[in-house]
Amino acid sequence: MSAFYFDIEKQRPRISRREAIRRALFTASGLMLANHISFRALAAAPTARAKAVIQIWMWGGPSHLDIFDPKPEAGYDYCGPLKSPIATNVSGIRIGELLPLLAKQADKYSIIRSMTHGNNGHETASYLVQTGRQPGGRIVFPCVGSVVSLAKGYEAGYKGLIPPYVVLTEPQGRFDEAGFLGARYKPFSTGGDPSKIPFAVEGVVAPGITAQHQKDRRELLHHLDTLAQALPVDPQVTANTQAENSAYDMILGDGAKVFDLSQEKPELRDRYGKSKFGQSCLVARRLVERGIPYVTINYGGWDTHKNNFQAMQRQLPELDKGFATLLQDLSERGLLDSTIIWWGGEFGRTPKVQWEAPWNGGRGHYGKVFSAALAGGGFKGGQVIGASDARGEEVKDRPVYPVDLIGSIYAQMGISPTTKLPNPEGAPTFVMPQAADGIKSAGLLKEIMSA
Amino acid sequence: MRLPNQKNALKSAWRLAGLILAVVARTRAATPFENPAALTPENKIDEIVFARLQHMHIAPAQLCSDPAFVRRVYLDVTGTLPTTTEAQRFILDKAPDKRRALIDRLLANDEFADYFAMKWADLLRIKAEFPINLWPNAAQAYHHWIHDAIRDNRPWNEVARDLLTANGSNFEKPPVNFYRAMQNRTPNGIAQTVALTFLGERADRWPSNDLANFSVFFANLGYKTTAEWKEEIVFFNPAATNAGALNGGPRKTIFPGGQRVTLPPDQDPRAVFAAWLVKDPQFARNLANRTWAWLLGRGIVQEPDDFRADNPPSNPELLAFLANDFAASGYDFKHLCRLILNSKTYQLAAISQSQSPDAAANFAFYPLRRLDAEVLIDAVDQITGAKEKYSSAIPEPYTFIPDNLRSIALPDGSITSGFLEMFGRPPRDTGMDSERNNRITAAQKLTLLNSSQMQKKIEASQMIAFQTSGNRAPADIATGMFLGILSRFPTAAETRTAQNYFDSGISRRQATVDLAWALMNSTEFLYRH
Repeated sequence: MSAFYFDIEKQRPRISRREAIRRALFTASGLMLANHISFRALAAAPTARAKAVIQIWMWGGPSHLDIFDPKPEAGYDYCGPLKSPIATNVSGIRIGELLPLLAKQADKYSIIRSMTHGNNGHETASYLVQTGRQPGGRIVFPCVGSVVSLAKGYEAGYKGLIPPYVVLTEPQGRFDEAGFLGARYKPFSTGGDPSKIPFAVEGVVAPGITAQHQKDRRELLHHLDTLAQALPVDPQVTANTQAENSAYDMILGDGAKVFDLSQEKPELRDRYGKSKFGQSCLVARRLVERGIPYVTINYGGWDTHKNNFQAMQRQLPELDKGFATLLQDLSERGLLDSTIIWWGGEFGRTPKVQWEAPWNGGRGHYGKVFSAALAGGGFKGGQVIGASDARGEEVKDRPVYPVDLIGSIYAQMGISPTTKLPNPEGAPTFVMPQAADGIKSAGLLKEIMSA
Repeated sequence: MRLPNQKNALKSAWRLAGLILAVVARTRAATPFENPAALTPENKIDEIVFARLQHMHIAPAQLCSDPAFVRRVYLDVTGTLPTTTEAQRFILDKAPDKRRALIDRLLANDEFADYFAMKWADLLRIKAEFPINLWPNAAQAYHHWIHDAIRDNRPWNEVARDLLTANGSNFEKPPVNFYRAMQNRTPNGIAQTVALTFLGERADRWPSNDLANFSVFFANLGYKTTAEWKEEIVFFNPAATNAGALNGGPRKTIFPGGQRVTLPPDQDPRAVFAAWLVKDPQFARNLANRTWAWLLGRGIVQEPDDFRADNPPSNPELLAFLANDFAASGYDFKHLCRLILNSKTYQLAAISQSQSPDAAANFAFYPLRRLDAEVLIDAVDQITGAKEKYSSAIPEPYTFIPDNLRSIALPDGSITSGFLEMFGRPPRDTGMDSERNNRITAAQKLTLLNSSQMQKKIEASQMIAFQTSGNRAPADIATGMFLGILSRFPTAAETRTAQNYFDSGISRRQATVDLAWALMNSTEFLYRH
């Protein structure tokens, strides 16, 4: 644990006073087993078990009580009508009653019921969960997808036509995903709607323009590009030409085929669900199959301040179909072992239901404790990590901070915690925070990581 | 009766000679972007730059042509394309001092204030929400204030003093937002932001003692909230002892330049610092260098916010001249812009005549740069008559986004669009120059070449409707489109290319749409040149 807290220059741990106290506390409670040797061992690039991440981003903050952390004993004021959680194919694990298909796949994923950061604002919480950092410094850190697109994409010789970090279908827009890494590390957002035919990925698939027409007008463009002809060796012109060639490789070449869902069997498309989310899960599988290391499905609709239960009735079956089929499909194709699925949002929702107007059975923002799920890519399934208290209001057991989850994903992806990031302000900056950064941590998710 | 005839003959002979001269001139100017006139220094900038180029055996580019100039100066001064009429009028104007006159006119345009307020808003991090939390109405007030300062050409020593010493409510005293627009509000964090903004230096690279001394000036800054939603007061708080016992007591410190100072107990140390700053040569150097970089695409010190001993100016004499002139003018920003814009150095063509690797750093040509995200989408919308849709993560009614707002005039970094994000608009997290990313990517090319967004804008445009109306000849359509999109007349070869495309069996309307598409995807359209 705390593998990332170490001083790069001196190659030995550097422990602040606060950190020393914190460690003493954790050691006393049996949670801490760090020693200098394990620090060194973990500092070396870990073995990559996973090649790709599919992040199901539950934009708005999904209700933990209604999904992966049911509390039927807490009564109506907490559960509303969703008071009968269902058993899963793993004995002892129950999940929300609207997720029967996910219940049959529970052996493939593990549930974290003790996620915590304590913040209730969308922006800050999104930043905390996806960067593992605290806001307040001079800079903005990149999110996991941008780091993966750097470490496993551009800097790992990734040559695919499609950028290594794709978001289906719209960017999140809550903070600058790439942070100080800059525009190149932003996700490629597809636009369009994969549940429609064709899936009109912005810029890649232009309905109504034939390949011949594409070629003709491109030729016209080249004939009229007088400035480029006058500047054959200008670096800007060269960069522009390269970008244009890559773009046309996508438009006219194989790039676009990955988005062509008509190549899939209709029965499988149906199993995923014909919703935008369901078909996005299918596109995500196709992208991962072709070597894209990071795909985010930006899934909105979970900010259920009002009428939470109607929203759950409407949306959970859609989530259930898409997520469960994705697990099953990846598994059947032998891809689950190398693909991490990370399910979660920026926080959970207030366990106590607000029955009064204008909420009418709504749930507010709740960052004190919430759930996440991890599957595949070396993470064991069928486990529950941590626990919330009887009403899902506090962490009862084994807190998991965002940095713990992120660090575990990096470890499975074979990204060393000490991989350097190009911070424009010049200070040495690493994939994982150091002790001096004062980030709260309770250790990697060793419980579900194979030794 | 013979006399008039003779006169006519003479006239035709002169006309012919003129034509021949024009043709010769045209063949000497190899491209539509250059002007073969002899390169003579216009002002002191040119004397310094040309002398250095000569010393280094670097051939300067030719002067840029009138069409290249009109487009360039509109984009650089106003972030806006010239209209067809404006471009045509300038190109056909015979007045010898027309470039100077155009520069003066543009510096008085509203768009000049919009565009430079955008640059300052990047630098000052004007953003409603995360991680800079100004909140929408404070962001709007702050933008409004800086915009008016630029429009009214307030002297920059005064503007800087206002920003550094203001007290009061974020809603009522807009410059106090300078101290709110930063994630790290410790004296140390504030000092780093001030150094970046007004000295062009990265204080995190200073020796830690220097930074500690500098932060003393910001140790008595207080923030407090009020009963009003999101109101925050910034004030001088003598009781704050954040600075600790540095240098034998909290009331003594050292300016970044090295002079010691004892702070009077009753005075806000920020005022002491501001009074020193606006007289320090680095203040003028920083602003002169930033302005130069804004107009010529590259700082004399590059990066423009990275002054340090081991990153010297490429032409020290030039930087010294600009800084001194700027200070002597009373920190008159428009004067500084006018001086640079009228130089032949600024007016060089983009086509380098030198293979030297030092040509760019010594300003031997005008460097190509992809248009800023905001400028590019505004240009597309100006040509097509389309409107960009913006959104803010902060819900209405707090964020007011009027219709017809151009991207360069957006007050708040939280108001954005997918296009702006994709094309590297700065997130306004840090105020660093490198936040703006104008590097072309494949994803950007996909958007420009093949997105339904762009295709719809072109197809629905007034320009296409106008050009395909009546029975205009393809050559006339080409002329109209070149002037509207590229701000110049087509060459004979280009007209032929267009004609051939119209004759290729495609519908007139489709050919017109494709021609617009091709010109809007050309290097000439996408890059300042």
